Amino acid sequence: MGKDFTSALRPAIVMTILFAVLLGLVYPLAMTGIGQAIFPSQANGSLMRDARGTVIGSTVVGQAFTTDRYFQTRLSAAGKGYDGLASSGSNLGPASQALVDRVTPDVAKRRAEGVAGPVPADLVTASGSGLDPDLSPAAALAQAPRIARVRGVPVEQVRALVTDATDASILGEPHVNVLALNRALDALSASGAPAR
Amino acid sequence: MTFQGWILILGFVAILLALTKPVGVWLFALYEGRRTPLHIVLGPVERGFYTLAGIDPNAEQGWRRYALHMLFFNVALMAFTYAVLRLQGVLPGNPQGLAGLSPHLALNTAISFTTNTNWQSYGGESTMSNLSQMLGLTIHNFLSAATGIALAFALFRGFARRESKAIGNFWADMTRVTLYILLPISIVYALFLIASGVPQTMAGVVDVQTLEGAKQSLLLGPVASQEAIKMLGTNGGGFFNANSAHPFENPTALTNLIQMLSIFLIGFGLTWTFGKAVGNTRQGWAILSAMVILFLAGVTVTYWQEAAGNPVLQHLGVAGGNMEGKEVRFGIAASALFSVVTTAASCGAVNSMHDSFTALGGMIPLFNMQLGEVVIGGVGAGIYGFLLFAILAVFVAGLMVGRTPEYVGKKIESREVKLAVLAIAVLPLMILGLTALSSVLQQGLAGPLNKGPHGFSEILYAFTSAVANNGSAFAGLTANTPYYNGLLGVAMWVGRFFIIVPMLAIAGSLAAKKYTPESAGSFPTTGGLWVGLLVGIILILGGLTFLPGLALGPIADHLAMISGTLS
Repeated sequence: MGKDFTSALRPAIVMTILFAVLLGLVYPLAMTGIGQAIFPSQANGSLMRDARGTVIGSTVVGQAFTTDRYFQTRLSAAGKGYDGLASSGSNLGPASQALVDRVTPDVAKRRAEGVAGPVPADLVTASGSGLDPDLSPAAALAQAPRIARVRGVPVEQVRALVTDATDASILGEPHVNVLALNRALDALSASGAPAR
Repeated sequence: MTFQGWILILGFVAILLALTKPVGVWLFALYEGRRTPLHIVLGPVERGFYTLAGIDPNAEQGWRRYALHMLFFNVALMAFTYAVLRLQGVLPGNPQGLAGLSPHLALNTAISFTTNTNWQSYGGESTMSNLSQMLGLTIHNFLSAATGIALAFALFRGFARRESKAIGNFWADMTRVTLYILLPISIVYALFLIASGVPQTMAGVVDVQTLEGAKQSLLLGPVASQEAIKMLGTNGGGFFNANSAHPFENPTALTNLIQMLSIFLIGFGLTWTFGKAVGNTRQGWAILSAMVILFLAGVTVTYWQEAAGNPVLQHLGVAGGNMEGKEVRFGIAASALFSVVTTAASCGAVNSMHDSFTALGGMIPLFNMQLGEVVIGGVGAGIYGFLLFAILAVFVAGLMVGRTPEYVGKKIESREVKLAVLAIAVLPLMILGLTALSSVLQQGLAGPLNKGPHGFSEILYAFTSAVANNGSAFAGLTANTPYYNGLLGVAMWVGRFFIIVPMLAIAGSLAAKKYTPESAGSFPTTGGLWVGLLVGIILILGGLTFLPGLALGPIADHLAMISGTLS
């Protein structure tokens, strides 16, 4: 059996090194090279820049919107909210007192904004990643009256933005990218919509 | 539940059924050691590796030698990763300047990735450098998967060979699987992911000036190359803490569908390969039928519960299904489906937080793992685990109707049955033992985030996930402590290798047997009766053992949820 052990030792060590080089260095570095060459935007995080070249977000990842003049994003348990270095869900269980304590004031807040009937679930729940870029169309539309009021634009125009931005492809659920929606909202206000 | 949701679920299964034979044929070529078109490119790599390592790929190994070489390789890999993680702080490829891991976390992680568990006691973005992700972790995604498939091949040979002392060569099996199926698919897959929005760069953090004027830091890295093999090899260890819920790992509904398909792809194919290896593809389809029945039953419960939603929140005026811990772009159907796929296979990737599922919706992932992940299962591990149940099923059938226990031409005798029971008993012993221990010790009780029965579920889920080598979590549990890192490390190691060794012993003992042609006295192992028997044996053996544990956790949690008793 002693001979067996030594005969197993060399291939174990040599194969570990060879495969580490092939799979741990050559493969990911080659994919990086090819990815950077043919899909440079996506490979670098699908970043969006403004006219001055400042990075203002990623088309893929969500960012926090908390003020009343924007469509607000979902609750985030990533760090202090939408922390790209600490993705996480809330991990609260279904019969958790902490969950109820969190949801109750949020529902009240939406009621105060004039949301009648059942509150869209994604508006008062935390996402899985804490970086969810989207809202359901219902959750976005529920915010339209508030935004129209704060910005002084007709509510129909705000609703139309949501409808235009809704991605209802055959796969997955209908969803609206909040960053794209809010940029459209800023563009609407800037392009001489009826002033307040 | 919606019509569109069911189309997704049934379409998902239909696509996989259509891919079963093509993948099975390809795997059969590797099982036989045949030349494939890819040998033109990768053949020299394969031969070069053998030469440098002093391996003769045609040297047949008996089960003891096969097991010994497999164990040595896995220990060497684990030591390598442990070293990479400990030395992270002084190695290059660390744009965030992260320090090396603590000894208990490095050991837990090295065991976790070696055993195809990919349990993560850490958050990827705040712990792992780019180099650690690539060199420390990605290699295991390939090699633990290749090890699993090699072991399945060894067991197939046990059934297929007659009066043979050998069950193949571990190095040849493992190398061929890595080079001719895992690597080529991963290359194409990674490119698809990059095109869809998954980053692939050596850079680190990018600062964003948000529209509201705040600063957001986004982490980039070599994500796509790891993501591809993470799914294909049923590994499940995410680049980021939020795993496949993170938009950089899984940006669209299409990537989500492909990720789910790739978890099951090889597992489906291997059932066909098994049938072909034992000379009757109907044997493979019979196994797959039993798996798909159990799978669809699980999906139905989880989807139904998640779509029905949480009555506690509905009482507060919240609409519809359960969206806590779920991403809008996937919605409820694709999240429920993903959770059942990832736990039926031993993947453990998540696209939503299982901890926040409804009580019964979250019980199905737990139960899937407790069945030993034999519903499709991890690559290789699923089918060899399933075949252990098949051995018990023919034995039970033999007891019931007085027929000789035989399976695909081999007599099943007391040695095989004892070894199969030994392997299967590891699961309840480890899971229930360690959960019980942690439910009374101070260090164990410090872990759960949630109180009441849900807190117990978090502990039960952790040990179930570790022993079953899944790696998903009720992630509220704080597991990065010496206590949990240590015990979960032991659980993962025992859950992997204490099943593999008896399984290889069965392979060796079967290979040595004569072929027993099917006769009037044989119990037929194709057809509806057999499929029903398999399902029954798996549910009774797997399920009953865990029922008391489930009653204390998810079932009590469900009663609390519907009665509004908060904790």
